[in-house]
Amino acid sequence: MAALARLQARLSWLREEYYRRNRSVDENRKREYKAAIKIQSWFRGCRVRAYLRYLNKMVILIQKWWRGYRSRRYFRKMVETAYFIMKMNFYNEMAVRIQKSWRGYYVRTYIHNYYALKKYLEAISVNNEIVRNELQEYAEMMENEEKRKDLEKKEKEKKYRARKMHYLLSTEQIAGIYNSPFRKSPDPMELLLQKSKPLSHRQQQVKSPFTYKLYDWPTCTRPPTFSTSQTLPPISRQKPQGPFRNTAEVLRQRFKPLEPTLRAAASINSPLEKAREEMKREEWRNCIHDNEFLPFSSYHKNKKYDPSIHRSGKYVQETYGIKHFCEVQPNKWIADKVMLPSIVLFKKFGKTYSRTGQIM
Amino acid sequence: NSGVMSLLKPLLLDVVPTIQHTAALALGRLANYNDDLAEAVVKGDILPHLLCSLSEQNRFYKKAAAFVLRAVGKHSPQLAQAVVQCGALEMLVICLEDFDPGVKEAASWAIGYIARHNSELSQAVVDAGAVPLLVLCIQEPEIALKRIAASTLSDISKHSPELAQTVVDAGAIAHLAQMILNPDAKLKRQVLSALSQIAKHSLDLAELVVEAEIFPVVLTCLKDSDEYVKKNGATLIREIAKHTPELSQLIVNAGGVAAVIDCIGSCRGSVRLPGIMVLGYIAAHSENLSMAVIVSKGIPRLCACLMEEHEDHVKAAAAWALGQVGRHTPEHARAVAVANVLPTLLALYMDTRSSEDLQMKATLKNILQKCTYLPALEPLLHDAPPNIMKHIVGQFSKVLPHDSKARRLFVTTGGLKKVQEIKAESGSLLQEYIKTINNCYPEEIVRYYSPGYSEILLERVENYHPV
Repeated sequence: MAALARLQARLSWLREEYYRRNRSVDENRKREYKAAIKIQSWFRGCRVRAYLRYLNKMVILIQKWWRGYRSRRYFRKMVETAYFIMKMNFYNEMAVRIQKSWRGYYVRTYIHNYYALKKYLEAISVNNEIVRNELQEYAEMMENEEKRKDLEKKEKEKKYRARKMHYLLSTEQIAGIYNSPFRKSPDPMELLLQKSKPLSHRQQQVKSPFTYKLYDWPTCTRPPTFSTSQTLPPISRQKPQGPFRNTAEVLRQRFKPLEPTLRAAASINSPLEKAREEMKREEWRNCIHDNEFLPFSSYHKNKKYDPSIHRSGKYVQETYGIKHFCEVQPNKWIADKVMLPSIVLFKKFGKTYSRTGQIM
Repeated sequence: NSGVMSLLKPLLLDVVPTIQHTAALALGRLANYNDDLAEAVVKGDILPHLLCSLSEQNRFYKKAAAFVLRAVGKHSPQLAQAVVQCGALEMLVICLEDFDPGVKEAASWAIGYIARHNSELSQAVVDAGAVPLLVLCIQEPEIALKRIAASTLSDISKHSPELAQTVVDAGAIAHLAQMILNPDAKLKRQVLSALSQIAKHSLDLAELVVEAEIFPVVLTCLKDSDEYVKKNGATLIREIAKHTPELSQLIVNAGGVAAVIDCIGSCRGSVRLPGIMVLGYIAAHSENLSMAVIVSKGIPRLCACLMEEHEDHVKAAAAWALGQVGRHTPEHARAVAVANVLPTLLALYMDTRSSEDLQMKATLKNILQKCTYLPALEPLLHDAPPNIMKHIVGQFSKVLPHDSKARRLFVTTGGLKKVQEIKAESGSLLQEYIKTINNCYPEEIVRYYSPGYSEILLERVENYHPV
C-alpha cells in the first residue's frame, strides 16, 4: 500500500509529468532530432571521407607505380640514346682520325705532292736549258748559213766579174793592171783572171724553180743536181743550109757494122783449114751424144748403163735427191730419248728480284 | 680626174689584148693610189666590163683585172662590198683555178683584201668557194703565192669562229703547220699569223692547231732573225695558252716558257707584247704554272721589260703579267718582291702621266695581299698613297705578331716610326691594323716613336722642379 500511496501521490504529478515530459520531449525533440542528424551526418561524412581517403591513397599508389614505370622506361630510353650518341661520337672521332690521316696522305701524294712538284719544276728547268741550248744552236746555225750564203754570193760575183774582165789578163809583153812589176807577187785578182773562162755571148741561165727553194734549206749542203739544170745542146741552133740527107739515115750508114767477105775475114795462112777448124769446133760443141747412131742394134746390148755423175753415188745410187731431200738423221737424235734433269740454280737465272744483283 | 675613166672604159673592150690589159693596169694603178679614185672606178661602172669576159682572156689580162679589184677593194668595206656585188668573187675564184701562178697570186691577193674588212665580206668569199682553192694554192711551190694564200686565209679566219672552222675543214692546218719550217721569213710571218687567227676563237680550234704538232717547232720561230716572225710566233703561243690550263701545261712541258723568255729578251718595243702576254696567261691559270714561270727565270726579264719600255701598253702588259705571277701564294709574291720590282710598280702607279693606273692598282693589290717578305715591303711604307698603304700595313699586322726578328727589324729600319705617323680615321681598317701593330710592341716603344714625343718630353723637363 505504501507503494500504492507513493504511486498515488506521484499520480497527480503523473499527468503533469506526462504532459511535462511530453512537452519537454517536444521541446528537445527538434534539438535532439537535429543533433541526431548532425551526428549521423557527421558520421556518414567521416565514413565517406575515410572511404575517399582510402580511394585517394589507392589511386595515389597506382599512379605512383605507373609514373615510376613510365619514367623508368623513359629513363632507359634516355640512357640508350645517350649511350648511342656517345658511341656515335666515339666512332665519329675515330672516323675523323682515319679520314684525317688518309686525306692528308692522299692530298700530299696526289693533289699537292710537294716532292713531285719540286721534281716537276726541276725537270722544267732542265728541259728549259735543253730547249735554250737547242735554240741557241739553231740560231747559230742560221747565222752561219746566212754568212755562208753571203760569202758564196760574193764569191760568185767576183768570179763573174773576173770572167767579164778576162781581157785584163797580163800577157808576155804587157803586164796587166793586176800584175804590176813593182809587186812581189801578182794580185789574187790576176790569179782569178787566169783561172776564169771568158764569157760567151748569150749566157743561157736555165733556172729551174727547184734549185732556189732547196738550196736555201740549211740541211741541204749542196743542191741536188737535176740533169735538166745543165744546158742541153741546142736541138736546132743553126739549120744547115741545103738539101741534105736525113740525119738518121746518114748515121745508120756511117755506123753500119763491118761485114767483111770470107777472103778478108779469114787469116792469110791456110785460110781453108782454119775455116774448117772453126766448123769442126762448132760441131763438137753442139753435139750431145758422143756415140752416135750405130749401125747394129745389138751393139750395146751387153753394155752396162752408165748413170750420170749427178745420180750415181760411190757404189750405189745416191738416195739424196730422189728419196729424201733434207739432211735428217733421226737415229742420231737424243732429245726424245734421254731426259736430263734440269738444274735448279740455272732456272732461277734472271728471275730473282735482287737489288744488289740488279736483276729484276 | 680629167675624164680619164671615161677614156679608159672603152679601151677595156678593145680588140687588141695588149691594149686591154694595159688599160686595166692603168685603172688598177689609179684606184690603188687613192680611195676617191677607187670610188670613181666603181661609179664609172667599169667593174662589170672588166669581169664580163675574164674567163676567156689571157693571163696578163687576168692579172691586171685582179689588180684592179684588189686596188678598189682595199680602201674601205663599202668599196669591197661594191666589188663583191659586181660578181667579182666568182671571177676571182675562176682565176684561182688558173695554171699560171702569177694569176693565182693576184686573185688571192684581191680576195684577201676583200675579206679583210669584216665578217660579211669574208662569208661572201667563203660562199664563193674560195677556201679549198686557197688551200691548194698554199701547196704550190712558188713562195710568193704561198705567202699571199697564207695571208688570205689569215684574213678570212680572223673574223669569227665559223669562218675559222670553214678554213680548218678545208684541211688548211696541216699545210700551214708544214710551212712553219720554211726558211723564208715573210712566209713564216703569214703562216704564223694564220694559225694564230684560227686558234684564237675557241678551245676546239686551238686544240686542232696543237694537234698538228706545231710544238716544239714553233719555238724555233721564236729564235728567227726577223722581228715579226718572232712576234707572230709569240702571238700564236699566246692564243693557244689563253684557253685552258691544260694547253698552258702543254706549252710549259715543251719548254715554251724558256723560249718565250729568251725571245722577250732579244726584242724591243711592241714586238715584245705578245710574249709578255704569254707569260701572263700561263701564270694566270694555276699556281704550279706560275711557279714554272718563276723557275724559268721569268721575273727578272719581266722587270727588265717594265723598266726599259717607254710605251704604255707594253708596260701595262708587263705589270699585269707580274701581277698574275705573284698573286697565288706568299711564295710567289715573295719571288716577285725579291726581284725589287715593287718600288717600280709603285712609282708607275703614282706617276700622274700614266694612264693604266687600273692595271697597276690591281697588280699591286694582288701582290701585296699575299706578300709576306717584309724587307721588300719596307721601302713602300714611305711613299705609298693611302689606299695602297692599308694593304701594306695589313700585311705587317699579319706577320709581325708571330715573328720577333721581324719586329726588331721593323723598329730598327724606322718602320714603326712611319706607322705612327700615318693618320687613319678611327674605325677604318687601317686603324685596326695600326692597332694590331702597336699591340705587338711594349708601351714605351710606341710612345717613343709617336710623333711629337720629343715635345712632350721637353715639356716635362720644363715642368720638372728639381728637389
